Amino acid sequence: MTPSNQHDEKKPFPWHLVFFLGPGLLIYVVFSVYPLLDTLVLSLYNEQQGQSNFVGLQNFITLITDDTWSQAFWNALGNNFKFFAIHMLVQNPIGLLLAVLLSTPKLRLSGTYRTLIFMPTMLSVVIIGFVWQLLLSPIWGISEDFLYNIGLGQYFDAWLGKEGSALITLAFISVWQFVGIPMMLIYATLLNIPDDIVDASVVDGANSFQTFWHIKLPLILPTIAMVSILTFVANFNAFELIYAVKGALAGPNFSTDLMGTFFYRTFFGFQLQQGSASMGAAVATLMFLIILVGVMLFLFFIQRRIQRFQF
Amino acid sequence: MKLLDRLMPASGIRQVPKSVTIHAVLLAYTVIALFPIIVVVINAFKERRAIFRDPLGLPDSDSFTLVGFQQVLLRSDFGLYSWNSLVVTILAVGLVLLLGAMAAWALTEYKFKGNLLITFLFAMGIMIPIRLGTVSILSLMVSLDLVNTLTALVLVYIAQGLPLAVYILSEFVRTIPKELTEAARCDSVSEYKIFFCVILPLLKPAMATVAVFTMIPIWNDLWFPLILAPGEETRTITLGVQQFVGQYVTDWNSVLSALTLAIVPVLILYTIFSRQLIRGLTSGAVK
Repeated sequence: MTPSNQHDEKKPFPWHLVFFLGPGLLIYVVFSVYPLLDTLVLSLYNEQQGQSNFVGLQNFITLITDDTWSQAFWNALGNNFKFFAIHMLVQNPIGLLLAVLLSTPKLRLSGTYRTLIFMPTMLSVVIIGFVWQLLLSPIWGISEDFLYNIGLGQYFDAWLGKEGSALITLAFISVWQFVGIPMMLIYATLLNIPDDIVDASVVDGANSFQTFWHIKLPLILPTIAMVSILTFVANFNAFELIYAVKGALAGPNFSTDLMGTFFYRTFFGFQLQQGSASMGAAVATLMFLIILVGVMLFLFFIQRRIQRFQF
Repeated sequence: MKLLDRLMPASGIRQVPKSVTIHAVLLAYTVIALFPIIVVVINAFKERRAIFRDPLGLPDSDSFTLVGFQQVLLRSDFGLYSWNSLVVTILAVGLVLLLGAMAAWALTEYKFKGNLLITFLFAMGIMIPIRLGTVSILSLMVSLDLVNTLTALVLVYIAQGLPLAVYILSEFVRTIPKELTEAARCDSVSEYKIFFCVILPLLKPAMATVAVFTMIPIWNDLWFPLILAPGEETRTITLGVQQFVGQYVTDWNSVLSALTLAIVPVLILYTIFSRQLIRGLTSGAVK
């Protein structure tokens, strides 16, 4: 951008470029890129009484090995993987099934089903959390009555309140809300599969299961991979549902703690523990690394898929 | 599929039960998706006793009451919260669309040093959640004296929405024929005029898609309102409901009414715009 630049001697300074790109880039860099990089740097410092000292990787070592921190950290990380696993095993297969059913040719009312099934996805996670908290409440007893009516009454329990079942219950609530996203994305891909390919397989004598398994499934695999990345990033970033239903303490006894709530507590403090910006930054940095590794693994997977199709 | 019917007329016999099964499964899931929401909304209009005695019954002349709604409006400033959410969402989405379209145009139309770097920088933002920078965003907002202002939220949401907007709009800009801009340049129309009078109107359908994708996470967000603007004056509707329900958790009428007040406007908007939204989801997002 200096006047000595050869490029600029021929042409006038590209003011239009500054005009078009400047405002957006400025806001994005100042409020997203810079804070993210600053967080990574901050995680290498230790702040005490307003003074910050460079401590290298000490914050991370504390997080992973120190008794008071590591237990909470590994607990949150483990829970987060469970939370993610339930989404992958329940949400995405159900989404796939619904998408396949919706894409049945000439299905009546398919638009209506699509619109209604997607509805919960539009609502705030916080609202959904409260709705299910009410529905599962033993005080109100809707779920209990329902289970008695279908003969499963003895299985009812205060699922959200028990250490063993709270996290799984919350994961299912989240699955219930977001199943519309995999459904919609896979449905869109299915619609784009040319009819001739499917017809050709039918002519060759494939039944509908074979058509799905050998023709459609390979074509929607990249979409399934994309849905998996989206699920992964969203799950390792989840906070609202736990905070709304269980509070920042992610009870009972931290059994519903995820990286998001752990980050919040570390940064702002809770009960007797003081909040710490540098420890908060360290947790955020670890979340950043986890998400980055996950995204790169998935991108690698997609890349290979696409190459396989080209040859 | 016509081909299928012609080749295998016998399959017509099997097709009836098959489509019945499909409808049964889809209908069952639709009920699962809607039931919780409907239960909350109908019980918001019932007296406390009716809520517990017959939770699935519709409100009748005996049990109908609006006491919950009265309590909510009396004890909290729902009007203000909704207004705050509306202001933040409209400003942020409007600016994401304008600045995103401008940036997408610049990045796809002009060749300059750093183009690739900036494109990559924006692409990173699609995957890396802005939330991870919260520690620094908060201290930045403190030093800019923007804590507890709606401005702070708008700025963060613009930064949050821009990457996807730039990505989707860039894809769209690429489909605009070059002849259009070349012709305008031959007539020595300025670059600014080309963008605002030729390109921007063409981007409208893509901008509708981007608007929907940007709007929903902003309206529903709890994290940034909680951290950057928790004050009574700047509370958004999501934070307002969260605080209200937390405070009056034992008052069933109030809680159900507060949730209903948060749900119903979104559902009305969704019903109006669902066609557009689903078209956006099924076309622009995937490719």
